[in-house]
Formats: sequence, C-alpha cells, structure tokens
Amino acid sequence: MPAPKSGSTLRRRGTSALAAAFGVSLVLAGCAGSNVAGDGGSDAAGSEDCAAFAQYGDLSGKRVTVYTSIVAPEDQPHIDSYRPFEECTGAQIVYEGSKEFEAQLPVRVQAGSPPDIAYIPQPGLLNTLVTQNPGAVKPAPQTVAANVDQYFSETFKSAGSVDGTLYGAPLGSNVKSYVWYSPQAFEAKGYTVPQTWDEMIALSDRIVAEGGKPWCAGIGSGDATGWPLTDWLEDVMLRENGPEVYDQWVSHAIPFDDPRVAAALDRVGSILKNPAYVNGGLGDVSSIATTTFQDAGLPILRDQQCYMHRQANFYAANFPEGTDISENGEVFAFELPPIDPAQPQTILVGSEFVVAFSDRPEVQAFQAFLSSPEWSNLKAKAGSELGQSGWISANTGLDPANLSNPIDRQSVEILQDESNTFRFDGSDLMPAAVGSATFWRGMTDWITGQSTPDTLTFIEQSWPASQ
Amino acid sequence: MTLLDKLLQLLVAVAVFAAVMGAVLFVADRARGRRTDLVSGLAFTAPALLLLLVGLLYPAGRTAVQSFFDASSAGFVGLDNYVRIFTQPDLVVVLRNTLLWVVITPILSTAIGLVYAVLVDRTRFESFAKALVFLPMAISFVGAAIIWKFVYEYRPNQQNIQQVGLLNQVLVWLGLEPVNFILVEPWNNLLLIVVMIWIQAGFAMTVLSAAIKAIPSDIVEAARLDGVGSVRMFFSITLPSIRPAVVVVITAISIAVLKVFDIVRTMTGGQFGTSVVANEFYRQTFRLSDLGMGSALAMILFVLVVPIVVYNVRQMRKVDAR
Repeated sequence: MPAPKSGSTLRRRGTSALAAAFGVSLVLAGCAGSNVAGDGGSDAAGSEDCAAFAQYGDLSGKRVTVYTSIVAPEDQPHIDSYRPFEECTGAQIVYEGSKEFEAQLPVRVQAGSPPDIAYIPQPGLLNTLVTQNPGAVKPAPQTVAANVDQYFSETFKSAGSVDGTLYGAPLGSNVKSYVWYSPQAFEAKGYTVPQTWDEMIALSDRIVAEGGKPWCAGIGSGDATGWPLTDWLEDVMLRENGPEVYDQWVSHAIPFDDPRVAAALDRVGSILKNPAYVNGGLGDVSSIATTTFQDAGLPILRDQQCYMHRQANFYAANFPEGTDISENGEVFAFELPPIDPAQPQTILVGSEFVVAFSDRPEVQAFQAFLSSPEWSNLKAKAGSELGQSGWISANTGLDPANLSNPIDRQSVEILQDESNTFRFDGSDLMPAAVGSATFWRGMTDWITGQSTPDTLTFIEQSWPASQ
Repeated sequence: MTLLDKLLQLLVAVAVFAAVMGAVLFVADRARGRRTDLVSGLAFTAPALLLLLVGLLYPAGRTAVQSFFDASSAGFVGLDNYVRIFTQPDLVVVLRNTLLWVVITPILSTAIGLVYAVLVDRTRFESFAKALVFLPMAISFVGAAIIWKFVYEYRPNQQNIQQVGLLNQVLVWLGLEPVNFILVEPWNNLLLIVVMIWIQAGFAMTVLSAAIKAIPSDIVEAARLDGVGSVRMFFSITLPSIRPAVVVVITAISIAVLKVFDIVRTMTGGQFGTSVVANEFYRQTFRLSDLGMGSALAMILFVLVVPIVVYNVRQMRKVDAR
C-alpha cells in the first residue's frame, strides 16, 4: 500500500489513500471467485413442474454455499443441475470450485469458517475432519440416510460413514477397474477382449511378438504423483487375494508389507515393470513416473503405439473432442479381468461425498436433494446436453438412458449389477499420512526402480501409530 | 456474487480504509505540547504495528509452539519433530537439496550477472543485451518452471515420435539417446536450480551494473594510466569497489532461494528426490495434516533465513552510510 509521502498536500494524501483502498477492494473482489448457480448454461429443466420439490419446503432467500474440487469445465453441469431446486424452492446455491480443495478445506474448518457443504472425494479426509474437529461435521439428516439406504449399496454407505455414523451421501462415483483399449485396433489385428488375467497376459505377449507395445501408463499428477499406481495395486489386490484380505489390508488389520500385498505388487510389476510391455509411445519403464496420467492413455489413439491402459471411467474426458468412445469405436474400456474366473468380479470404485458443516434446514434440504435419484438424473441430463462424458452416479435410481456416452452407460450398469462385488478405493480410505502421501511416493519410487519389499516397508513404517 | 454485491464490498472497503486513515490523521493532528512527535509518530505507526502483531508476530509464535506438538497439535512431543527432520531419510534428502540450492544458486547467479554486467558495460548494444538477461525476471516462477519443464521434456527415441523437449532434441540431432532428465537423481536438482539462476541472474546483473557505473571514474582512469589490464582491473578495481552491492545481491538471492517453492512444485511436485524445505513444509501441513512437522520445518526455514536477513540489513546500512 503506497504510504502518503510527507510534505504532500492533504488532497494528494486523500487521493493516494483512495487509490490504495481501491487496490484493496479490487483484491477482495478478485478473491470472490465463486459462482452462482444459474449463470448461463442451458435451460436443463426450467419448465419442469415443482411437485417433486414440495417436500423441501419454501426456502426463499436462503443461501447454501458449496465448496468442491470440481472445477471448469466439469462444474457447469453441476451448477445447471441445481437450477430446478433453486427455482422451485427459492434457495440460492453458491458454488465454489478449487483445485486446492484438499489443502484448503481443513484450514477453513479449523478456522471456523467452513462452507455449508463440501464434496469430499476421500473418506480418509472425512475421517480426519470428523475426529480432529468434534462437532464441526454434521451427521447426515434422516432424509439423506433414508435415500442412501434406498438407493446406494453398502460399500458406498460405509465409505461415507465414520464409526457407523453416516456423514456423507455419495455424489458422483467412478468405476476404476477399467482397461481402455481401441475396439477398432483390436478388430483390425484380430484381438479379442480378454476374459481372464491369463488371457490378458497371453494377449500382451502376442502383441509383443507382433512387434507392438501392449501397455501404456503414466502416474504424473503434480504433488499427487503416484496415485494411478495405487489404483493398480488395489485392483490386483482384490483379484489376487479377494475382498476380505483387501479389507484387512486397507484397515491395517494386516501390515502393509504383508507377503500377500507383495505378491499383488509383483503381479502389477509383471506388467508395468516389464520393459517389453511398457511404455508404448512414451518411453521406458521409468517414463511411467514422468508421464502425466492425462497423457498416458492417448497413445492408444496414435497409430496403436500401445493397446491397453488401465484407468477409471473418468478417463473418457481426456480423449480429444470428437473421439468415438463406443463399443465398436476408436476407444472403449473392458473390465480388468479376474485372476480366478470362478470368483465373482470385483470392481474398485471411488466417489465423492456430500458433507455438511451446518444443519440449517436449507442445507439439509439441499443434501436430501443431492442424494435423490431426481438429482442424479438431472445431473446426467445436464452433462449430456453439454456433451460431457465421464460422470456417473452410484444411485440405483439413475436411468442410464439419461447418459449420452456408451461408456458412462456401461459404467452405471456395472454399478447396478448386483452380481458384482464392490470395494472402495483403498488409498482414499487409508489415513491421509499413508493414502495421500507415502503410498503415492512409495509407488513412484517403486516404478523408478525401488524393490517391492523396500517400497512396502517404507509405506508400512509411515502408518500412524494411533490408527 | 452479483455485481451489486461486489460494488458494495468495494464501497465498504473504501469506507473502512478512509475511516482508519481519518482516525489516524485526527489523533496525529490533535497532538499538542512536548509529546507531539511521540504521539503523532505512534499514531502513524500503530496500524502497521498492529498488523505486524496480528499477522506476523502472533503466527510466528504459534508456529514455534506448534512445532513441539504432534500432528493435530494436541500432544506435546518435545523435540521429536526436529529429530525426525534430521534422521528420517526422505527428510534428510530435503535438507540436502535445500543446501544445494542455497550454496549453488546465489553464487552462480551473482557470478553470471556480474560477468555479464562487466562484459556489456559501455558497449554499443548494452541496453539491448541487458534487457535480454533481465527479461526472465518478468516471468513468474510458475511460468518459468513450465517453460523449463518443456526444455527437459522427454520422449522415447522410436518411430513416429517427435521430441518435444529442446535438450532431448539436441541430443537426438547429435545421434545420442534421449534422456529422461527429470528422473536422474541427484542431478535433477541442478536442473531445477538452473531455472532459478535463469531468473535471478537478471536481478544480479541489474544491481551490479548500476554499482559498476557508480565507480568513480578517477579511480578507473588512474588504474588505466598505471597500465592495468582488464583482468586486473576487474579483480583490483571493479570487484572491491562494488563489494557491498555484491553482498546485498548474494544475500537477497539466498533468501529468495530458501523460500523456493513454486519451481519445485511445478516441475516435479517434490518427487524424485527434489523436494526442498518450503515444499516439504507445505506437503506436511496441508497434504498430510501434520501441523507439528509442518511447523518444525517452517521454524528451520526461519532459523536459516534470520542470519542472512540480519547480515543483509547490516550491509545495506553500510551501503547507505557511504
């Protein structure tokens, strides 16, 4: 702030004071980067009648603030999907997305100025917030609990709970056990989608024999580098040792460096650390560490520099606009096959959860709305209208027909298929000191050359003593 | 937030500022008698002192206290956090990297800036040449880090693959294999340091060039008449004459380097053994929610910066006194 110079006239002082104040207010205005729902966008369901919203009552003049990690362009269908709620109840939803969400939310909660609602992608973070700030996080109201019981499977309910109390209803979800491939390339080469792990390895060997690179992978993601490998390990843990051992591993009932975990990681290594298998179009094994996860699957499209890429359904959003993502198109995804075909298929899932820091009626009404099938369908339609793909919900009331993209429809069908076993992303469930720190770093070191036992021991030693 | 809300905010901010300024001027104006200077002095410094207290001293004290507590600042753990910093292998690497940064960056930036300033001094294209080196100063650390990330970018040497990174393209032209530079420990630290030098050399060059121009011409002419060559001129006349400026530049860069965060975060995210104290402090505090460890790292940074700041202030006083 420019200080008024000595000897200047009072008038000049006034001017510089004003100038300084103006500067301050500009900064203040710049900070207010929030977005009010209803700005622009398409009129998703403006004319829909308000009967379904009568249960939420009259909320005229009330405001609900939402803080999330979902930023442009994925935020627009969210903002659009709130409009019927706003128009029918009179409430105003103030949406604020930030890429620094995970770091900033705990700060805001500790400072006593949390948002009304936050979309938390990691149950581990929810757990930390609940235990470290007693009373700050409000348990889900009865209406939300009823919706969750009716429309969501147990895996999602327990992930949104802490010590048996439900705090968050799932919002968007994702199917992580996917291998992306090009149906057109497979067709041209006469490859078929593998149904078992052994078939997948046989296919990989065949691709190598024909002079190709079967796999591409990348784990670069700024200071979250390493997370795609945690998904790999979790997926293989489920297939190698079954869901029960997986649960024990995630809850630390068995040590992180248990021999069964080592076996699973070695199986991951049999693909990702095999120089013949990776890293199509991207480099050698260690290039996995420096390739961003966004870029990692793209060589599938580029003259078949690689053929397979394991990544969640949301990877659909990374393909260039206009890419034909469908069963016979340029890219599609198959479920990572089971090791033992006799076992039921296990699907690794993730989700963000709607967590409230206020129990005002309008906040609870909005929570109930977000957990309802109506919202899931509104969101699906809003996304389809904008031509976006990669968003799905685990809400069983979601009609897959509202999703425009075949891969999204397939993902919803997988989530609604009761013969599948679901398990939540383990790194998101683990304490942050492991799940968002040493697990990532350990996996990064592992891919750049560290041995399996050293890596697992390193992560095991970082597990917080109290948990 | 509507436009009206923003305008209202703006008005409130202006009004509050005007009110505070008015109060300060009023108090200063009312001071009469023997203590006029004291009262008006206090009135003018009070807002700044208050802000320093709330915004600097209190948080600093609290950070110091927290560094002796555990992750949730609930239990007292004594010196545990500090012991961990100096024993845990990955944190020792962080300290080593910070040491590399602090030793290499100021010396190289200053040396490059100084040599450049001397070489272009009083040449025909001096201002253009100086502008070239000064330009990176105008680029933010994040912007510079992204630019250099592209310079180091790696693509495998195989058919249909074009190199993206400048360095690797040069290697390929020379018939060599491309290298994934950012992965080569511990040399990758030097690659990050280069970015900082690229930025800071311009700063060093500007300040030192001004100092060189301030050397009294009679000394230079006297030396010339005595038949001093250019190398001897540099070491016996130029360098001793601008010594205070060199010290200020070195210390200023050292402080900037101790706080380096953006470059590391943007280029590697602290992976591959490149994390530095400021980066690790952020990671521990905000990613791992370990307030104790984060505070301890902040304290270490503080302890490292203080002597340099003190030295710098004393040197500046000496320069001013001349």
